[in-house]
Amino acid sequence: MSDFAQFVFSGLTTGSIYALVALGFILIYNASGVINFAQGDFLMLSGMICAALLGARFPFLLAIIVAVLLTVVSGLVLYRLAIKPAGDTTVVSLIIITIGASIFIQGAVQVVLGKNQHTLPSFSGHKSIEILGAYVLPQSLWVLGVGIVIVALFGAFFKLTLTGKAMLAVAANKLAAQAVGIPVHRILLLSFGMSALLGGVAGVVSAPITTTVYDIGLMLGMKGFVAATLGGLGSGVGAIVGGLLVGLFEALVAGYISSAYKDAMPFVLIIVILLVMPEGLFGKKQSDRV
Amino acid sequence: MKTLFSRSFIATIVALALLPLVLVNDFLIDVSIRVMLTAIAVIGLNILMGFAGQVSIGHAAFVAAGAYGSAILATHLNINPIISILVAAVGVAIFAWVIAKPILKLKGHSLTMATLGLGIIVNMILINEVNWTGGPDGMPVPPVRIGDFAVIRPLHWYWVAASTLIVSMWLSLNLFDSPAGRALRGLNGSEMAARVMGVDVGSFKTRAFVVSAVFATISGSLTAHYLAFVSPVMASFTHSVELATMVVLGGMASTYGALVGTALLTTLPQLLGGFEDFEMMFFGFILMVTMMFLPMGLVPSIARIIERRRAR
Repeated sequence: MSDFAQFVFSGLTTGSIYALVALGFILIYNASGVINFAQGDFLMLSGMICAALLGARFPFLLAIIVAVLLTVVSGLVLYRLAIKPAGDTTVVSLIIITIGASIFIQGAVQVVLGKNQHTLPSFSGHKSIEILGAYVLPQSLWVLGVGIVIVALFGAFFKLTLTGKAMLAVAANKLAAQAVGIPVHRILLLSFGMSALLGGVAGVVSAPITTTVYDIGLMLGMKGFVAATLGGLGSGVGAIVGGLLVGLFEALVAGYISSAYKDAMPFVLIIVILLVMPEGLFGKKQSDRV
Repeated sequence: MKTLFSRSFIATIVALALLPLVLVNDFLIDVSIRVMLTAIAVIGLNILMGFAGQVSIGHAAFVAAGAYGSAILATHLNINPIISILVAAVGVAIFAWVIAKPILKLKGHSLTMATLGLGIIVNMILINEVNWTGGPDGMPVPPVRIGDFAVIRPLHWYWVAASTLIVSMWLSLNLFDSPAGRALRGLNGSEMAARVMGVDVGSFKTRAFVVSAVFATISGSLTAHYLAFVSPVMASFTHSVELATMVVLGGMASTYGALVGTALLTTLPQLLGGFEDFEMMFFGFILMVTMMFLPMGLVPSIARIIERRRAR
């Protein structure tokens, strides 16, 4: 029983990291129709920059702020220099451009900050808390807590602010949004910035648990994408539920079946899901436009 | 059959036949063998990405499957490498056909993510199943033998690689002009429109997937026997991305483009010494910039310029 509780807690912790990545995916996808393959690299980038700044004796809080800000800048630059100039191009081109961006970011981090694995100190100590016979790291609670706060803030942003509503309008119909005077490009720029902000915050909060290294974004990005798909690509609630489910599933497989192949599970899962229910848990049925 | 006589194709054959006269040392021969063997996989990937418009960033999985398949059969079961190469190709073809159905149900970015997942799973298996694959260190591979004659000398390998490349190019060029090739390019433009025109989209996508997997397998097993060694690096994400970049830079849907892309991206790192650290940045940059400013790729863009000049 305490084994099970242990697996559930560790599953929920990694699951909430995946949920944050999934939210980042759908934030950009909803506004622009682009799946940003560099989403996981935002987490890696902020974690790595933060670790490097700590190495340069920056105070922890300042290092976190600078790392998150630089990550946001990278998101804005990605949109301004790569996505916007490509204009109304094909999905295949956009996929390839963001894959290129992802590899470029990984390569740049590898050159500037090195290939070594880094970790960040926990925010509030290493002493485990015992819940239901399971040992939970305080950092896990930080991840869960930050996840909840971010989701609440985003919910409020879309419900209560004019900019949030404008973003929803752009997501629903770009042309119509433009016609009623919404600055579409600025909204898209904002969605990339917000998505990078999300990734940046998730990166520094999760790095004490996952550690960070130049190519970790690949795995995080893919699992986040599985989570977003599971939740029905486009739904915020779906992304969170999907993230937690992927995390739980992975932890249970690692605990009871095989830890060597736990990373393979999300992909088996995604193929099964897309075969059985192509719209995911919370998605709407879609039809192709000719 | 028309392409058998096309001028560009004959020029390519002549160039490949005369090239050894210019390759003065073993290093240059080695580089050209690597280019040709890799180009076989890239030509295959181009059928999937360029013709059918399905972006794969896990194609190295098939290259490694061919390499390890043939290596394991030849080492553990003592099978003659010529037969093990063929058995590996047939095995991977069946495997690709089985997984094609669920994977190709996915579209656009979902398919790309699934191929990435496939690549990571294969890489994971190669690293974990130490008894069969030698784990992270890789395993030695016996040379190809025909009777008592072992193919070891670089020049012999040159001819093996060149003739396999010519056959691959010929198959790919013919496919491009065939009804099946037109169907594939049609579904690349709009899957729904192709379906309305009566194209069996699922079946054509599956065939493109299997064919491109077999090209990758042949390339992988020949490379393994040539290098006499395989390691999981062959299945790495970086290798998959390199293959995709070669397709994109050379020009999607262009068979000659696949060859040019491979040649450029294989030789450039060799020319710029101490380049290794910058390799990822370089490939990422090439991918982005090509897609933004030269979406058709090098060869089709140059071909268009020449045609316009002629038309004037």
